[in-house]
Amino acid sequence: MTQEAKALREEAKSPVNEEVISLYQSQEKIYPRSVSGYFAKWRWVIIWLTQLFFYGVPWIQWGQRQAFLFDLEAKRFYIFNLVLYPQDLIYLTAILIISALSLFLFTAVMGRLWCGYSCPQTVYTEIFMWIERVIEGDRPKRMKLDAAPWSIKKLLTKSSKQFAWLVFAFWTGFTFVGYFTPIRELMADFTQMQVGSWDLFWVLFYGFATYGNAGYMREQVCKYMCPYARFQSAMFDNDTLMVTYDEGRGEPRGAGSRKNTTKTEGLGDCIDCSLCVQVCPTGIDIRDGLQYECIGCGACADVCNTVMDKINKPHGLVKYTTLNAVNQGWSRLDMMKRIFRPRVLIYSAVLWTLIIAVGVSLWHRPLFKVDIVRDRQVLARLVEGGMLENIYRMQIMNATESTHEYQVKVSGLEDMQVSMEGAKKDNLIKVAPAEARWIVVSVDVPDGSAEPGSHPIVFDIQSLDSQEVISEESIFLVPR
Amino acid sequence: MSDFINNFWSIFIASITVVGIAGCAILLWLTSKMKITGGNDGTSGHVWDEDLKEMNNPLPFWWVGLFVLTIIFAFGYLYIFPGLGSYDGSKSWSSVAQHDEQVADANAELAPVYAKFADMKIEDMAAMPEVKAIGERLYMNNCAQCHASDARGTRGFPNLTDHDWLYGGSPETIQTTITGGRNGMMPPMGAMVGSDEEISNLAHYVLSLSGSQHDADKAAAGQEKFAVCAACHGPEGKGNQALGAPNLADNIWLHGAGEAAIISRIKEGKMNQMPAQKGRLTPEQIKVLAAYVWGFSNLAAE
Repeated sequence: MTQEAKALREEAKSPVNEEVISLYQSQEKIYPRSVSGYFAKWRWVIIWLTQLFFYGVPWIQWGQRQAFLFDLEAKRFYIFNLVLYPQDLIYLTAILIISALSLFLFTAVMGRLWCGYSCPQTVYTEIFMWIERVIEGDRPKRMKLDAAPWSIKKLLTKSSKQFAWLVFAFWTGFTFVGYFTPIRELMADFTQMQVGSWDLFWVLFYGFATYGNAGYMREQVCKYMCPYARFQSAMFDNDTLMVTYDEGRGEPRGAGSRKNTTKTEGLGDCIDCSLCVQVCPTGIDIRDGLQYECIGCGACADVCNTVMDKINKPHGLVKYTTLNAVNQGWSRLDMMKRIFRPRVLIYSAVLWTLIIAVGVSLWHRPLFKVDIVRDRQVLARLVEGGMLENIYRMQIMNATESTHEYQVKVSGLEDMQVSMEGAKKDNLIKVAPAEARWIVVSVDVPDGSAEPGSHPIVFDIQSLDSQEVISEESIFLVPR
Repeated sequence: MSDFINNFWSIFIASITVVGIAGCAILLWLTSKMKITGGNDGTSGHVWDEDLKEMNNPLPFWWVGLFVLTIIFAFGYLYIFPGLGSYDGSKSWSSVAQHDEQVADANAELAPVYAKFADMKIEDMAAMPEVKAIGERLYMNNCAQCHASDARGTRGFPNLTDHDWLYGGSPETIQTTITGGRNGMMPPMGAMVGSDEEISNLAHYVLSLSGSQHDADKAAAGQEKFAVCAACHGPEGKGNQALGAPNLADNIWLHGAGEAAIISRIKEGKMNQMPAQKGRLTPEQIKVLAAYVWGFSNLAAE
């Protein structure tokens, strides 16, 4: 063995430069500083709109019932005068597809717009942070409070925050359950301490999830749990708006001095005040470039603009811009023009087509549904008067909230007669509001009038009030 | 109770389970840190293909906590429920016992519904909307398979909506029929009647009883032979509900109308069975069902 190889082996063995690193890390608590400005204002506008909707809608009454009620037990969804049956699941599919396409569209244009402004995780975190700020004070005070040893004052402050959080979380859980159990009855149940165990479970569960996610998990949800956060970046392109630090303008960063201008010479516009880091709800430094943690909320842009105002520099050191605009020095107008690129136009076209299709389909939706099931036991039988009879079970589902009468006719074979158990003359069937009624239907033809075998027949069910007709196909069996 | 002939497999499976869970804990601990050389630059220290490095993206501790919770949960679960080989768990839970418990709970919940029918007469129950609703569901689940959704039966399965009853149409008889079932048996009578010619004549006589289409001469020739039938069906062919012998003088033919069908009944006889429901339905359910069925032919149409 040569001297050299020996030395190499020794080196490999020696523990020089060896270090143990942890592959786990504890969550560093983030104390975002409060921020005001253009984007913060928009976020609050959207928070107010979405939360007024969420907390307010269950209280709207519509006739004798709640306007928005998803009655899981009776399997009926009521949305104003719309009565949806489980068979209307297709509309839920449509809403999900529309939501997905909207996410694609908004992400292509504005990046993580959803994350920064309307995601419930962001919205509730913002509300919980507001409560925290009101009770504990802004970032420096909160940091000081957490670092301070326990005292009566700290205990009081912390427990009043917890109390406010828990009340708000409980109200959120209560409202959520109010979409499924009439909220006024639920309220009465709570005041009389007679809440059903499942209602109570879901109120507490949803409340706890709100409390935990918005009070403690916060940005951890976006960083580690949320699948959207990861795949949204796959929908970015070079024309997608994102929060960007203008490196060319800002660097080299430095504090400088107002009095001594020589100190400022050669420095960029960034005075390295670190406010953009302090306001960030995910605790990143936007000046390091685009990072997966960035939820695109624009808090750093807002706070930087206030700093630029103070040092008399133009806004926009941190701003929403696109990669192309930065790299090619485009003006704002050039950048905006790129919004109308094929990708965005295609998304919009598909989205609008779907929205219109769903709208039209809801508008023309029949106010009742029919299901015909051929009786499986009795193939066919001879009855009095030399008639050959087949039996069907028919379900008429009334999707309105008034009683309606329906007339049943059948066609497909000569001299067909239809008769129903419990029907009035002229084969009229009465169905109560939002009721699904099963009726046994007998269909007769004169024996020998039809060839042996299976014959397609059609049931036409007409609503006497709206004159709508629903046709359902079935078969009539003639034995050999 | 063991599913195995000896303890080996039980111990084998229990060990695999415990070792597997413990393995998860060890893995969690082993992967918590690693040695790197050359200074901590935020990478795992590995370099592939000259300059390809792997970033160290540490897992948050609360997530590690969730893993630990699953391990604690697993041991708690295995203590309470069966899972470690043939160990039954502290609660001795089984799916059979759970099913029985749920059935008992459901019956207890339904008891007050049926309790109010206990002292009622079936005739009075039949018109109650509640009885109709419960009866309809019981009927659709237990009877409609044979007697059809509209209760009018088909060949071999009696019509329940007419007034023709094989064993009697009183509410109590219907209750008895549902509870214990019925075995209808007509023995083959061909040998007792005689030649094919004589059987055919008898068939025409039977047809004449209900005024169906028949040959009067043949019927007159066959009348004498009806004596063998009269033992069960009665001298006038009106049937006998005590024996379940059908009325031959009406125009209802459960097993087919016409000469050919009657000849084959005489020659081959007929076995027909209504299964007993007492093991499947409770006496309370049967009472409601009897009221519902009785109502088919005894309640005035709406």
